[in-house]
Amino acid sequence: MPAPELDVRYVARLARLELSEEEIAKYQAQLSDVLTFVEALRKVDVSAVEPTAHASAVFNVFRDDAVQPSFTSQEALANAPRQANDLFVVTKVLE
Amino acid sequence: MSHDLVFETAAGLQKRLRAREFTPREALDALADRIAAVDPALGGYLSTDLDDARRQADAADVNLPLGGVPIAIKDVISVAGHPCGCSSKILAGYKAPYDATVVARLRAAGAIPFGRANMDEFAMGSSTENSGIQLTRNPWDTDRVPGGSSGGSAAVVAAREAFAALGTDTGGSIRQPAALCGVVGVKPSYGRVSRYGLVAFASSLDQAGPITRTVEDAALLLGVMAGADPHDSTTLDQPVPDYTAALTGDIKGVRIGLPKEYFIGGIDPQVEAAVRAAVDQYAKLGAEIVEVSLPHTEYAVAVYYIVATAEASANLARFDGVRYGLRAKDTSGLLELYGKTREQGFGAEVKRRIILGTYVLSSGYSDQYYVRAQKVRTLIRQDFEKAFEKVDALICPTSPVPAFKLGERSDPLAMYLADIFTIAANIGGVCGVSIPCGFAQGENTGGKALPIGLQLIGPSFDEARMLRIAHAYEQSTDWHKRRPPVAG
Repeated sequence: MPAPELDVRYVARLARLELSEEEIAKYQAQLSDVLTFVEALRKVDVSAVEPTAHASAVFNVFRDDAVQPSFTSQEALANAPRQANDLFVVTKVLE
Repeated sequence: MSHDLVFETAAGLQKRLRAREFTPREALDALADRIAAVDPALGGYLSTDLDDARRQADAADVNLPLGGVPIAIKDVISVAGHPCGCSSKILAGYKAPYDATVVARLRAAGAIPFGRANMDEFAMGSSTENSGIQLTRNPWDTDRVPGGSSGGSAAVVAAREAFAALGTDTGGSIRQPAALCGVVGVKPSYGRVSRYGLVAFASSLDQAGPITRTVEDAALLLGVMAGADPHDSTTLDQPVPDYTAALTGDIKGVRIGLPKEYFIGGIDPQVEAAVRAAVDQYAKLGAEIVEVSLPHTEYAVAVYYIVATAEASANLARFDGVRYGLRAKDTSGLLELYGKTREQGFGAEVKRRIILGTYVLSSGYSDQYYVRAQKVRTLIRQDFEKAFEKVDALICPTSPVPAFKLGERSDPLAMYLADIFTIAANIGGVCGVSIPCGFAQGENTGGKALPIGLQLIGPSFDEARMLRIAHAYEQSTDWHKRRPPVAG
């Protein structure tokens, strides 16, 4: 059974999640245990099995392409940490 | 005003409101007094808005099926104008801008959504200790956990400080806390109840359901909540049966399957004895007990922690400090804003699951982990389909152990195994219910009586028969009538 190759520091960057050095060390150990546990799935022969994405027997549900009532911009912005001119305010992206 | 009315069930309270014995306002005030008396020791509620509830009570139509009945809501379900923080710091101050479909349906049936029930942060946990806000204690022994993630909902129902509550169940989060608190909890089949307005954890597994004191109440609430919803394309357009009418008490000839893989050690001896006694009771009630096999059961927890974390990592990407909730201060640039907001806002278990989920979906690993887990998921689903060709329902413990002590399970993997008997139902999309079936009491419980939960699992969309089977047993016992010490 190959040792899990999880690099917490790298994956946290992919997930846009900053972590302290202590957190990285702790999660590295804990998640290695979890990955070793899920290695059990390698024992199952899945060569002739289709994946299940969800358990509901519905696919490709469409609705009419019609305008529906929706939030006003003030309702949509009501929970924003910062807003101005009916827009969300973010930090500067381009220098 | 009569304070004993807090001991009523939801159906019992509604009957008395309809008979004009007292008003919804009086019922609500009695409940508020009750909360003030018992909740400081339990911490089941994050908040209550009595003024809002009084306005609803004064306008309530007591001739509706749930007219005037206050119902506690897990903090992951949207109620317009109420906080919906998922017990997370990252949603501090957030107020839901609209009603979840289940809440809108409860309101249309006359119910009063009242109070926010504590939970594991973003529904990730089995003890409610992962709440970013507060601890909730088990009303049967305040040194112990109420279970989770719907621990607040189960605790307030058990402690008679809610007539009923809504929870959500992704891997056992309704059934396991219901078992540990000695109440009834239903996880509907996937697609039976709308997920619109639930903050998503794992979209292919999540379902909302009722936590109540009796099966009758669960049937009443489920009937109101269930049904197709244009806002959730995974709901199925199938008629909703009259679940209350299904509770006939007659289970003669019903076939109940005992899955041999669920009785293979690791179960607390008192839990196993109580469940086996319940099986004997079912035989006496006229059910036929059949041994069945679900051969892929041992893989369910592993499948779950890949599928659920993968979906969670995508769902939680929306918490970026821009549109709602917490925003980290003094950051330079967008990447730092995201990274620091998420570092400060999420608790440890949420961070672990985001990392695990991101990893199992990442380039080079997704076939090995995510796709393989989805394939084993197919096998688990097929196990259920084959078993339900032979039997009408499956029976097993809800949790291998009664409520454990606060702080006892600090290792994440040990906590994940708390859901070993409940997870497969979510993976297979079938329905499940936990009902009280006895108490564990002895040296290992410090002399305290701790509730034991019996789980019944039914085929997809066969909640009616599952509830009939649950109700027949409940009515032949009086476990559900016992009150925890905190409840007086």
